[in-house]
Amino acid sequence: MKFMQQFGIILGITFVGEVLKELIPLPIPASIYGLVLMLLCLQTGIVKLKSVEESGNFLIEIMPLMFIPAAVGLMESFEQLRPILFSVVFVTAATTIIVMVVTGRVTQYILRREENSSEGNIE
Amino acid sequence: MKEILSDSLFFGVFVSVMGYQLGIILKKKFGFAIFNPLLVSIIFVMLILKLLHVDFDSYNEGAKYLSYLLTPATVCLAIPLYQQLELLKNNLKAVAIGILSGVLASMCSILIFARLFEFTHEQYVTMLPKSITTAIGMGVSEELGGIVTITVATIIITGILGNVIADFVCKIFRITHPIAKGLALGTAAHAIGTAKAMEMGEIEGAMSSLAIAVAGLCTVLGASVFAMFL
Repeated sequence: MKFMQQFGIILGITFVGEVLKELIPLPIPASIYGLVLMLLCLQTGIVKLKSVEESGNFLIEIMPLMFIPAAVGLMESFEQLRPILFSVVFVTAATTIIVMVVTGRVTQYILRREENSSEGNIE
Repeated sequence: MKEILSDSLFFGVFVSVMGYQLGIILKKKFGFAIFNPLLVSIIFVMLILKLLHVDFDSYNEGAKYLSYLLTPATVCLAIPLYQQLELLKNNLKAVAIGILSGVLASMCSILIFARLFEFTHEQYVTMLPKSITTAIGMGVSEELGGIVTITVATIIITGILGNVIADFVCKIFRITHPIAKGLALGTAAHAIGTAKAMEMGEIEGAMSSLAIAVAGLCTVLGASVFAMFL
């Protein structure tokens, strides 16, 4: 019963996300509306953490599996990709590393600076 | 035999889960980053399909139910985020600037490479949304006049690559703070990177989930401006 109820709440919020996507003419997917909605529901207490936690964590745990079909589907678009394969793969790889490093280092720099300044205030 | 496999609804899901398990076992045994369970499972499924002559559509007839769960699973990313909300509030400035710098770095670097490789405008806007989650990225590419199937391909390649190299990149560039690691993964490699961040820890996972949404939305706005530069 517990899991059924939890799964029901999650699907309900997902459905509302889908409805919002249909109503609002922006290129924002149902999942993002749903994510924000779920956060609001938890924050306001409309949905209690314990009434979605277990099913939610199960879905998050098996999430990597959900990317396998789309990735295997790359087989299908390979012909289309072949003529520009080298440049696309190179640019994809290089920019992924750049974004990861920039985001990580910038965040860490600001976090460290703020930690230092708050320590300074205490003294 | 072939008909049984092609008609089966559970073959696709079963092979996918098997491949992932195989990846986990290999990773435990050898510990190399290349034995990333996601990467192993993708290659495993591709090999099985080729070997047994099952085409992608037959496989996907069953496996699509895995993809189907992606939307509710993404909605559930709000749960770890909610649990770390205090941490987010206390570090709002670092989080906001971190994600924003990542989004800018993404689009600037794509612009520079596009000029270097002499991409057409169509190829350039196809690549622009490559670091954000598929559903948003497809919309952006379509609106700017890109080739949607190639955008999807680059988004998936980005995600898998980000998932595979995350440990290595964080180590080399000494990204050690859990908030920084999480944001780096979510901003660079969307939901597939977030799956990796979840393995790293609760804070990493929550921050990565946040970055999917924020980086996605910033890219919607940013890409329409950057599209004018080439």
